Amino acid sequence: MDKYIPVIGLEIHVELKTKSKMFCQCTADYFGKEPNTNTCPVCLGMPGALPVPNKKAIEWTALIGRALACKINRVSKFDRKHYFYPDLPKGYQISQYDQPIAIRGSLKITKSVPVHPAGGIKTFRITRVHLEEDTGKLLHVGSDTLVDFNRSGVPLVEIVTEPDFDNTEDVKVFLEELHTIIRYLGVSDADMEKGSMRMEPNISVKKITSTKKQDTNISQNSNDQQRFRTQLRQGYDGRASQYDKLPNYKVEVKNINSFNYVKKAIDYEIERQVDLLENGETPMQETRGYDEKKGITYSQRSKEEAHDYRYFPEPDIPPMTFSKEYIEAINIPELPQEKVNKYVRLGLKINDAFIITRDKVLNDRFEKIILKIKQQDNVKVTDVSNFIINKKETASLTEEELYRKIKEFRKPKEIDEKEFDTSIKRLIEVNKKAVEDYKKGKVNALMFLVGQVMREMKGKADPKLVKDKLIQILNSKS
Amino acid sequence: MNLHGKSLLELKQLVIEKKISEKELNQYFLKRIRKFNPKLNAFITVLENNQLGIPYGAKDMFCTKGIRTTAASKVLDNFVPPYESTVTKKLQEAGMSVLGKTNMDAWAHGASTETSDYGVSKNPWDNKRYPGGSSGGSAAAISAYLVPAAIGTDTGGSIRHPSAWCGVIGLKPTYGRVSRYGVIAMGSSWDCPGPMTLNVEDNAYLLKQIAGKDKYDATSSSIAVQDYTNEIKKNKKFKIGIAESYFAGIDDQIKKHVYKSIDVLKKLGHAVKPIKLLPPKYSISVYTILQRAEVSSNLGRYDGIRYGNDRNFFGQEAKRRIMLGTYTLSYGYYDAFYKNAQKVRSIIIENFKSVFKDVDLIVGPNTPVTALNIGEFEKYPFYGELMDQLNEPASTAGIPDLSIPVGLDSNNLPIGFQIMGNYFEEANILNLAYQFEKETDFFGVIKKGINNYKD
Repeated sequence: MDKYIPVIGLEIHVELKTKSKMFCQCTADYFGKEPNTNTCPVCLGMPGALPVPNKKAIEWTALIGRALACKINRVSKFDRKHYFYPDLPKGYQISQYDQPIAIRGSLKITKSVPVHPAGGIKTFRITRVHLEEDTGKLLHVGSDTLVDFNRSGVPLVEIVTEPDFDNTEDVKVFLEELHTIIRYLGVSDADMEKGSMRMEPNISVKKITSTKKQDTNISQNSNDQQRFRTQLRQGYDGRASQYDKLPNYKVEVKNINSFNYVKKAIDYEIERQVDLLENGETPMQETRGYDEKKGITYSQRSKEEAHDYRYFPEPDIPPMTFSKEYIEAINIPELPQEKVNKYVRLGLKINDAFIITRDKVLNDRFEKIILKIKQQDNVKVTDVSNFIINKKETASLTEEELYRKIKEFRKPKEIDEKEFDTSIKRLIEVNKKAVEDYKKGKVNALMFLVGQVMREMKGKADPKLVKDKLIQILNSKS
Repeated sequence: MNLHGKSLLELKQLVIEKKISEKELNQYFLKRIRKFNPKLNAFITVLENNQLGIPYGAKDMFCTKGIRTTAASKVLDNFVPPYESTVTKKLQEAGMSVLGKTNMDAWAHGASTETSDYGVSKNPWDNKRYPGGSSGGSAAAISAYLVPAAIGTDTGGSIRHPSAWCGVIGLKPTYGRVSRYGVIAMGSSWDCPGPMTLNVEDNAYLLKQIAGKDKYDATSSSIAVQDYTNEIKKNKKFKIGIAESYFAGIDDQIKKHVYKSIDVLKKLGHAVKPIKLLPPKYSISVYTILQRAEVSSNLGRYDGIRYGNDRNFFGQEAKRRIMLGTYTLSYGYYDAFYKNAQKVRSIIIENFKSVFKDVDLIVGPNTPVTALNIGEFEKYPFYGELMDQLNEPASTAGIPDLSIPVGLDSNNLPIGFQIMGNYFEEANILNLAYQFEKETDFFGVIKKGINNYKD
C-alpha cells in the first residue's frame, strides 16, 4: 500500500423530516406504512399532476448548506434528471443540476485520538448541497417485484464532497461528524437503519510518483480555489471533476447504510483496485454494490451503460431567488464542534467534550443539567459529564433527579477525623519512597499518596482535602 | 323552447329563471350529439347520463375524476383519473358539467386531429376537411353547436388554430393565467388551457371562472383576475400594431379579410400603426426544439408499468417527437439545441416586451391557409408547425392571443384573425373583440356555422 494513495469522495443522501413530501401534501413520514397508502396523483406521477415545492425543505437545505460553510446561491432552480426505473414514476427525478442551493463549503473534523500527521483537525471540502425527491421502493417477493410509492417524493438532500479523502478512518470520522451535525440541525433523523441517511463513496487509487507522501488536505493545496471554480463551471457530475492529478477512472459504491460498511467497502475497493493496477490493468469506471454479508463489492453498471440523464430545467417550478436578508437570517444552532470548544473551556477533557456532543439527546441532557449548577452546590461541569458518560445506570433518571444525585456526590462527606489522621500517618510510614520523592520535588509522588489515602478511605474523603492535609503533614515533617 | 344557437350565458340565464331545467338542457345537447357526432367525431367520450349543470365540452386532455381521460392516445385508453383538473373543478363549482370529452390530436401533437387514436374529427364546414388542432374536437363541437362552449389547451396554437378553421372564438390566455393542474402535460412551459366559445362574452365569462392562482400549480400567477365580462363592455380605444412579417406567405383571401377587419378597427376609432416583430419562423425553431424536449420528458412516465397500454401504443407523431426531444437533450447536443433555443426564446420575449411599450394590441392573420383537406397532413412532416407558425410567437413569449372569425373564403371556409396582447391583459384583447363583434357580428360566420346544423 505504500506505492498507492487512495482518492475518495463522498455523496451522502439525507431524507428530510418535513411534515409533507417535497412536492405534494402527502406526509413525509412513510416508515412502516401499508404499501401505496401514502400517495397522491403528484407523487405517483399521474398524468396532469404538478409539483409544488415544499418551502420548509428548501429552507432546511439552505440551513444544511450554511452549517457546512457553503455559499448559498442567490438563484437556484430545479432540474429534471431522466432515467427509467420502476420506482421512478415520472420517468425523471426532480433534482438540481447546475444551480444547487448551496455550493463550496467545508467541514472540519476533530479526532480525539489524532492519527493524522497534520494533527487532530482536518478540513474536507464540500462541493455542493442540493435538494431532490426520493424515489419509491422495490420489494422483491418470490419471483415478483412490487413497487411501493410511499417514499416517492420525500425530500432528499444530497451532499457531495470533493475527492479529499485518502484514508477510510477520515471518511468514517467525517461521516460521523456530518451525521451529528444533521441531527443537531433537527432536519432529519438520519437514521441509517430506516434508510434516511445513505452513503455513496467514489473511490480510485493513484500511484505515488514522488517519494514524499502527497497530501490532499486543503491547506496544502494552493490551486484548490481555482480548481473549484473550474470544476463548478464544468458542472459536477463526474465527467467534470477531472483534476489533473486525479486517476482517470473512479468506482462508485452505491447506497451503503452504515459507517462501518462504508469503511469496509472502501477498504475492499482499494485492495481490489491496487491488485488490478499491480497487474498492469486499469480498474473499470463503474458503479458497484456492497455485499454486507460477504464483505465485498460487486459490479452493477459499467461506464458503457452509464446514464445520460438529459438534465434540463424543470418547467413546472419557477427558479428560486434568495435575498441576502433571507440567507443571513438562516439561524444555525450551536454545532457540535463549537460545543466541544466551549466544553473544553469549561474544563472538560477534549475526549469527554467530544463524547458528550456526539448524541443530540445526550447533549441536550448535559446542557440542561449544567444550567442547574449553583455555586454553593460545589458541583463542577466535569462532574456532570462524568456522570453522563460513565454512569450509564443514571440514564433513566430525570435531569432533576440526576442533578440531585451529582449534588449528593459532591457534598462534603462526614468523615471520622481520627480515622482520617491515622490513615494518613500510616500511609506516610508505608510509602517512604514516595515521601522522599515528594521531598525531591516530584509532584507525581504526592498524587500517588493522595490516591492511596482515597483508596484506604474507600473514596469517602474529598481528594482536595486529602491533598491539603498531606502537604501540611509532609511539609511540617521536613 | 327553441334553444338552438343560444349562447352559454343565455342558457345559464334560462336555467336560473327556471325556464328550462338542467336535465332538459343536457338532453337537448345529447340529442344533438347523437345526431351529428357520428359524422363529425368531435367526442371521444360522451356522458350519456349527464343531467346536471350547464353542459360544456372538455378536451380529453383534462383529467376528470371518474371519467376516462385518454389524451386521444390508446396508451391511456382505459385511464380513469382519480382526481379532477383545476379548470374542470372550477367550472363544476360555477354550475357547469362536462357533457363530453372532445377529440384532439394524440397528446395534443398536431394541428389536425389526424394523430388521434380515435379517428380524425371532421370540419363542420366541410366534412372532407380537418377541423384544425390539436383542440379540433372542441372547435368542431361548438361550431356545430353540439355543446354551447368548450375548453381546450393551447401549446403552440392548439386553441387558436382550430378556432380559426372552424369559425369560432378561441383564447389562449397568458401562460400562468389558468392552472395547468390536471391537464395532461404536453410542453410544460407552453401549455395554456383556455375557453372556446360562440361569442366574446361567453369567452370572457369562462376565462373569469377558470383563471387565477392555483396552489397546485407553481407556475400559476397570483396577479388578480379581472372581471372580464365587465371589462369588455368598457369603451376603450387602443393603439394597435401590425407587423408586416406576419403577412409573408399568407393566402391572398385571408390577407384581404384581415385588411378589411383592420379597416373596421380604424373605423371604430382605434389607432393602427406598423410595428416590427421578429419573423415568426424563429419561433417555429424555438418551439420545435423546446417543446419536443419537454414532450420527451413528459411522456417518459408512460412506460407500460402503471398505465393500461405499453409504449407500442404510441403513434408515429409522438414517437417522432420523443426521439427529437431526446436527441436535443442528449449530452453534447444540449448546448447546441436546447440552450440556444432558450436564448432565442428570451430574444423573442424581449421583442414583444419592447413592442408593447408602443402599442396595446397586435393584430394579424391567424393561419396561413384555411382548412385543408383530410390527408394533406401526410405531405408535410412539419405540417403542424407550418399551420401554427403565426400562433407560435405568442406561445413562445407566453402572451395572450385570441382568434376570432372575420369572414369566409371562396370555399366557404372560415378565416381567422388574431389579437395578441401584453402579459395578463386578456381584458384588452376581449374588449377589442367585443367591439368588433358588436360592429360586425363576425360577418355572420358563427351564426352560419351553427345554422348548418339545425335541430
